[in-house]
Amino acid sequence: MPLLKNGQVIADSWTALAEDAAPEGDVIVSLEQWQADRETLRAHNGRLGLRLKSDQSPAELADDLGRFDLIALEFPRFGDGRAYSYARLLRERYGFTGELRAVGNVLRDQLFFMVRCGFDSFEVADDKAVAGWQEAMSEVSVLYQPTGDGRQTAFALRRGAANR
Amino acid sequence: MYRYDEFDAAFVRQRVKQFRGQVERRLAGELSEDEFKPLRLMNGLYLQLHAYMLRVAVPYGTLSSRQMLKLASIARDYDRGYGHFTTRQNIQYNWPQLQDVPDILDELAEVEMHAIQTSGNCIRNVTADHFAGAAADEIEDPRIYAEIIRQWSSLHPEFSFLPRKFKIAITGAPNDRAAVRFHDIGLQVRRNEAGEVGFEVIVGGGLGRTPVIGTTIRKFLPKQHLLSYLEAILRVYNQLGRRDNLYKARIKILVQQTGAETFKDLVEDEWQQIKDGALDLPAEEIERIEAYFAPPAFETLEANQPAFEARRFEDRDFARWVRSNVTAHKAPGYACVTISLKPEGEAPGDASAEQMEVVADLAERLSCDEIRVTHEQNLVLPHVKLTDLAEVWETLAANGLGTPNVGLVSDMIACPGLDYCNLANARSIPVAQRISQRFSDLKKQHEIGDLKIKISGCINACGHHHVGHIGILGVDKKGEEFYQITLGGSADENAAVGKILGPAFSYDDVVDAIESIVDTYLELRGDGERFNDTYARVGAAPFKEKLYAAA
Repeated sequence: MPLLKNGQVIADSWTALAEDAAPEGDVIVSLEQWQADRETLRAHNGRLGLRLKSDQSPAELADDLGRFDLIALEFPRFGDGRAYSYARLLRERYGFTGELRAVGNVLRDQLFFMVRCGFDSFEVADDKAVAGWQEAMSEVSVLYQPTGDGRQTAFALRRGAANR
Repeated sequence: MYRYDEFDAAFVRQRVKQFRGQVERRLAGELSEDEFKPLRLMNGLYLQLHAYMLRVAVPYGTLSSRQMLKLASIARDYDRGYGHFTTRQNIQYNWPQLQDVPDILDELAEVEMHAIQTSGNCIRNVTADHFAGAAADEIEDPRIYAEIIRQWSSLHPEFSFLPRKFKIAITGAPNDRAAVRFHDIGLQVRRNEAGEVGFEVIVGGGLGRTPVIGTTIRKFLPKQHLLSYLEAILRVYNQLGRRDNLYKARIKILVQQTGAETFKDLVEDEWQQIKDGALDLPAEEIERIEAYFAPPAFETLEANQPAFEARRFEDRDFARWVRSNVTAHKAPGYACVTISLKPEGEAPGDASAEQMEVVADLAERLSCDEIRVTHEQNLVLPHVKLTDLAEVWETLAANGLGTPNVGLVSDMIACPGLDYCNLANARSIPVAQRISQRFSDLKKQHEIGDLKIKISGCINACGHHHVGHIGILGVDKKGEEFYQITLGGSADENAAVGKILGPAFSYDDVVDAIESIVDTYLELRGDGERFNDTYARVGAAPFKEKLYAAA
């Protein structure tokens, strides 16, 4: 599955840690692996990523988040939207600044919502999402909701216009 | 009325263009129906039994005559010459072609309308009191806040894939005409002891398979916090609402399962984190939106108009229509006119293109250019001078719109039922038609008085049968249509869920059963008692006795 970052397909330097394998290089671990073996994982020579299922809230390990350079949030179905809230909490409340990766059923028509919630890399289902990236980012430019993405909302632009 | 500024106009145009691309990808086979489904649903496009159905949003039920004319021309050009007004103040077209839908949406954008979020598991079109801005009992016009919520909820990046659909209703008056206790979130404008205006916040109401009366989780929310509080509720629901079972995914189940107190604590905790932030509503922003809803320049008139009174005295038909279809207005010499879309023997809520044009013309000339759609599937001319009522009535009557039955037994709500819907177990519209034929004597209808009958063709309850004074639910029994009857429901400030009376009736027998219930009520009612008053006093027994005695 292609990995998209900033609209480009990039090589993935990360690998998922297989069960009972020794961590080597940049590894992504499950919540269960992290909870079972955090000392070994912290000591290994490489970066550490965490993959959360859609019923695993990052709020539950808020104190550990600083240990990770990457957090991957799962969309088991595109209609399971829990990770949109998790992403905003990670960025806007817990101050997570590492890579926030969308994984699972990640489709072209959800990419912009994900970007607005704070995701910055996307393990997309197929090439349609790669080809559609530019259009997906630009097709709707009027935004009504303030999120942590720094984009200007219609509300802010109206106020700006009023103050000019 | 609200008018789009450059941002709103650009937004809707961009959204149409985006959907045009999605339709093209679907028609070219790049998107499967499975992948297309959530995209079309976010634009109000359903695949029904016979064809696509397009649901167009009428935000908080308010239309200008120009918008109504556009709805008429769409009905004529892209459908079979009519449209269907719904219980959520929207309009549905039952026969559009998929390839035409982007053009329809472009035409809607010309008059500042759209179909965004009229379906799908997102925040739906916000509904409001249909007499907003005209009602004498109003604290503030709820449409100001409905418009603010409309903007905030439009393509909300965090809340477009909720566990289930999410409906918000708002009323500005203590007499609840928006059914706020039967919505995912209900907002009731309140004044606190200091005289400030804010909202009572009610959560977790709903109909469907599990009817629940909503719970108040905050008695008074200052206006400036409206959006941050809504965002807090939605964020809790998006994370914790059930996603394993479609039928347990609405917020009402979450509130029940966590307990109202715990749910409230979760919301308040979340809100503490985000209040006074970017979602804060400054007074200037509220004033900016409020200016759009400034009342029309009403003329200074006498409350008593002799010409109107004389006509009412002389013309019994006119007097009857005034009694059922005309409501008090806040300005002296004015009235609100409800136009019944329930003529005898027709499908509730349907209007032809010609009828829409008649209503548009009347609104432009005689109702300050405003029209409303009610959640009871009627239309309203909110600002008519008493002296113009006779002309309005004559024109309506000449076009099949003069039925004097608003609030009466034949003013029924019915879902599309088995005739149109994939989910239905039984027909609804033909039952409504047969009931209205049975009670075709208008004199008798007026004698019976205020009585709400609501019919759903399956347990999803789109016909709101739970809150009918008399509710009718279509069920399937071994391949045959049967109808279960409930009594005592109410959607207003006396919110109640109707109780099942007894065994269900066949399609042939259900109309007799309704007549028996109405007759029992007429025999038993005391002075000034409405149906639910009598029912509360005597209970179900006398109704049952009469109904089931023969069996």
